[in-house]
Amino acid sequence: MTRKIVKSKYHFEPDLIETIGEVSIEEIKPWGSNDELKIIGKPTSRIDGAVKVSGEAVYTSDVILPNMVYAKILRSPHPNAQIKNIDTSEAEQLEGVLYILTYKNAPEIGWYYNTSYLFDKQVRYQGDEVACVAAESEKIAEDALHLIKVEYENLPFVTDAVEALKDNSPKVHEWGNLPRGNPDKYKRGDVEKGLKEADLVIEDTFTTQVVVHNTTEPHCSVAKWEGSKLTVWDSTQAIFNVRDSIAASLQIPASSVRVIKKYMGGGFGSKLEAGKYSVIAALISRKIKRPVKIVLDRREENLAVGNRPNSIQTLKAGVKKDGTLTALSHHSIGSIGAYPDGAGCSWPLRTIYKCENVSTEEYSVFTNTGKSRAYRAPGHVQGTFGLESLIDIAAEKIGMDPLEFRLKNYTDKDQVYNIPYTSKKLKDAYEKGANAIGWHRRNKVPGSSNGILKRGIGMATQIWWGGGGPPAYATLKLNRDGSVNVMAGTQDLGTGTYTFIAQVASEVLQLPIEKISITIGDTETCPYCGASGGSTTAASVAPAVRDAAEQMKAKLISGAAAILETSEEKLIYAEGIISVKNDPSKKITIHEIISKMRERVLVTTGARSANPEGYMINTFGAQFAEVEVDTFTGKVRVIKIVAAHDIGRVLNPKTLENQFHGGIIQGLGYALMEERKVDSNTGKVLTANLYSYLIPTIMDTPEIEVIIVSEGDSMISSVGAKGVGEPAIIPTAAAIAHAVYNAIGVRIKSLPITPDKVLNALTLIKR
Amino acid sequence: MSEETKSNKFSRRKFVKGIGSSIAGGYILSPAIAKAAKKISKEAKDFSEGKVPLSLKVNESVINVMIEPRTTLAELLRDELKLTGTKVVCNHGECGGCTVLLNNKAVYSCHLLALDAAGKDVTTIEGLSSNGKLHKIQQAFVDEDGLQCGFCTPGQVMAAAALLYKYSKPDKQQIMKEMSGNLCRCAAYPNIIKSVLSAVEKSNG
Ligand code: FES
Ligand code: FES
Repeated sequence: MTRKIVKSKYHFEPDLIETIGEVSIEEIKPWGSNDELKIIGKPTSRIDGAVKVSGEAVYTSDVILPNMVYAKILRSPHPNAQIKNIDTSEAEQLEGVLYILTYKNAPEIGWYYNTSYLFDKQVRYQGDEVACVAAESEKIAEDALHLIKVEYENLPFVTDAVEALKDNSPKVHEWGNLPRGNPDKYKRGDVEKGLKEADLVIEDTFTTQVVVHNTTEPHCSVAKWEGSKLTVWDSTQAIFNVRDSIAASLQIPASSVRVIKKYMGGGFGSKLEAGKYSVIAALISRKIKRPVKIVLDRREENLAVGNRPNSIQTLKAGVKKDGTLTALSHHSIGSIGAYPDGAGCSWPLRTIYKCENVSTEEYSVFTNTGKSRAYRAPGHVQGTFGLESLIDIAAEKIGMDPLEFRLKNYTDKDQVYNIPYTSKKLKDAYEKGANAIGWHRRNKVPGSSNGILKRGIGMATQIWWGGGGPPAYATLKLNRDGSVNVMAGTQDLGTGTYTFIAQVASEVLQLPIEKISITIGDTETCPYCGASGGSTTAASVAPAVRDAAEQMKAKLISGAAAILETSEEKLIYAEGIISVKNDPSKKITIHEIISKMRERVLVTTGARSANPEGYMINTFGAQFAEVEVDTFTGKVRVIKIVAAHDIGRVLNPKTLENQFHGGIIQGLGYALMEERKVDSNTGKVLTANLYSYLIPTIMDTPEIEVIIVSEGDSMISSVGAKGVGEPAIIPTAAAIAHAVYNAIGVRIKSLPITPDKVLNALTLIKR
Repeated sequence: MSEETKSNKFSRRKFVKGIGSSIAGGYILSPAIAKAAKKISKEAKDFSEGKVPLSLKVNESVINVMIEPRTTLAELLRDELKLTGTKVVCNHGECGGCTVLLNNKAVYSCHLLALDAAGKDVTTIEGLSSNGKLHKIQQAFVDEDGLQCGFCTPGQVMAAAALLYKYSKPDKQQIMKEMSGNLCRCAAYPNIIKSVLSAVEKSNG
């Protein structure tokens, strides 16, 4: 197959990545609105549904290998301490204990961009790794943890980002509490000038809390050596990242490491980076020559494997009487925990509305708490709450309908790079969403409805990337019997990856979906695909699968032409049979072609094409919320959410709607209940379980209406799909917050909107 | 943990010998495959390790097993019987991920000592389908897409199965209430409700 190397750009989360990608020379004509697709875009049941509902699906935490042992990690109980000594002698004597790893005997492996080690003498948050015990059973390992004696020298600590910015604050790292020493800044135009031109300047501060992913399947890993080859079953969103991290940590060739992830119990961003537990399992396994399994418990999940940073955002807008935005500025502070990460959240403000004068300043601050990690639309969820709240206030101040205000400041191009979008259907989303919720029904005067139960309606806008891009590959094997294997080194987090891959192959080759078998999540048998994050999986992988399938079809047609002694143009392909156009009696099956070729399997590899130069690819949307606030108890009930989005082509409406439900309900949790609380006096997390860390239950489920306003975006790829996972959650909390304001007439500027905050707000009105 | 409890734990532990062998499979399915003599000596050994006998039915098979008294039902199922369809999410009775049926009622298996299931009937997700055919609830979860990652799904399905034992024709409110002890972080809730409703309809239709 012929390939060329091209340049391409794409956004993975907020990072604009410039890649050199290998793509097929022959471009595939994108599916258009005239193409009658039979499987793509049709509700298709998840092909991994049956194994999941029957308990047959083996998740990483279910892997049991012969002779396997279990390991448990001892974690620091202190937020900041120096380990003076570790005495493991008593633990070692415990029957069944096999090996204990601490800073004393572990190799010096740099971690967190070399700001720490796999096992460091300095621990910087409650939950930092101190030791690991491998034993014959998980219980023995747990018992042994209690027998390890650690001498700590406690040090001053700081858990609050604002405190940590002060000069006299304890330092999390000796060089200071800002990872790069400075805030991240962005500027276009002249904000001061813009503010002067405004009729009105609005400034306000909004805060959001830290929330934790709490995936149901804990972070876990099983490591097994066979000679010099290591196999790691890992609960990860990025098999190749994990493979390379483990290889680098152990200083062995990447080719010696195989990472497998078949089914996974949720990731939401928390499983994008390799965990210490994976490397620890591999190290201990190498030492004791038995497979080692490490599964984190719920407490560890809440302490040590990531969270969404909090934010304190101060925003300023200059507005003219007619609604024109003349300036926007954003200042934010967020805690990234003890190791480098990012807490910036200004991207929505830089991109959603037309505005020439913009400046942002983001402080990502170290604190002695668990490190943050990407969490479903990192930055955008916080930033959208801040920006959209300010926009709502601005609209109200000049007496304009909030929706009209947004339309007034609509932009058709990306203002950061000053280039047009490949497609943008946000206007349609506004219109269809507003109709579906009944926008006219909202209180014209916020809080004006009578009674104890007050209803309100609000809305908010969503922007995100999610266009995907190269590199992403898929290998397709066609067997004589017309069955197909597709292999792609991607992951299914519950998002429906298995199913859309099968759909694409089935669509192109016109073979029943039951005949298509998918292998993903295996670094050894699958070609490379990127991490499943940034809402890029479908947008990147589906076109690669289509490419592989189209090549296969072309191969079959050439084979048929040779056998039938005719030219390729005279042949038509239908459902695995190739016939001569004017003489349908002359035909040949897949079986006959492959047999004649004396092969058993035909193989093709497809690649994701490059993204178009000079265009920005974004997803857009608007969500509308209707809530009911109980003014006696302060409890907010979300009645309905309408989600109207532009996400390019819908591959599978069934899994797409489900993913939207999930994002929206997680957004509801963020809006109303979720919060990781840290006691600033002790530096300890008060909510390290699912009893005190509240997540939505089935009782919180609102009515949800998903409206997709887009069709395939033929500028992006042959498939035209953009991502869904992150757009779904981005505007939910802001829409709910605005609905609460519309219901009670007092704006709550701090998430989550818990009953106590509502009651407090209501007393303000009464006074 | 105080020094005292620490040392208690330690000495008790020291008494417990060779726990590894129990992990490798300290249970005997009925009819017993092991030779009688071997069985007696193994049980004598287990007793000396502080294990106690337990007899119960799991998915209609009689199970006789020697276990540590502190073993939870979830641990018995997953670690000893290798029935890993039952998932452990919180291990603390907070999420329903480990839900199984005990005499046809939903219980959190992580929060129940295996010994408390003595003499009772346990049904796990593996026991719900028969002859390779999915139970109607399972089929409904597939058809209505009542799952995303699927990790909470065995628990959800078992809770729904228990619900159908309790009510012949539950309405949406009853379904939501009965299923509210089962968390789904992917929040597939709308489709979970749909799945159960459709299974109810099918069994009444
Ligand atoms: S795992 Fe048993 S209730 Fe959560
Ligand atoms: S489907 Fe993922 S937790 Fe329920």
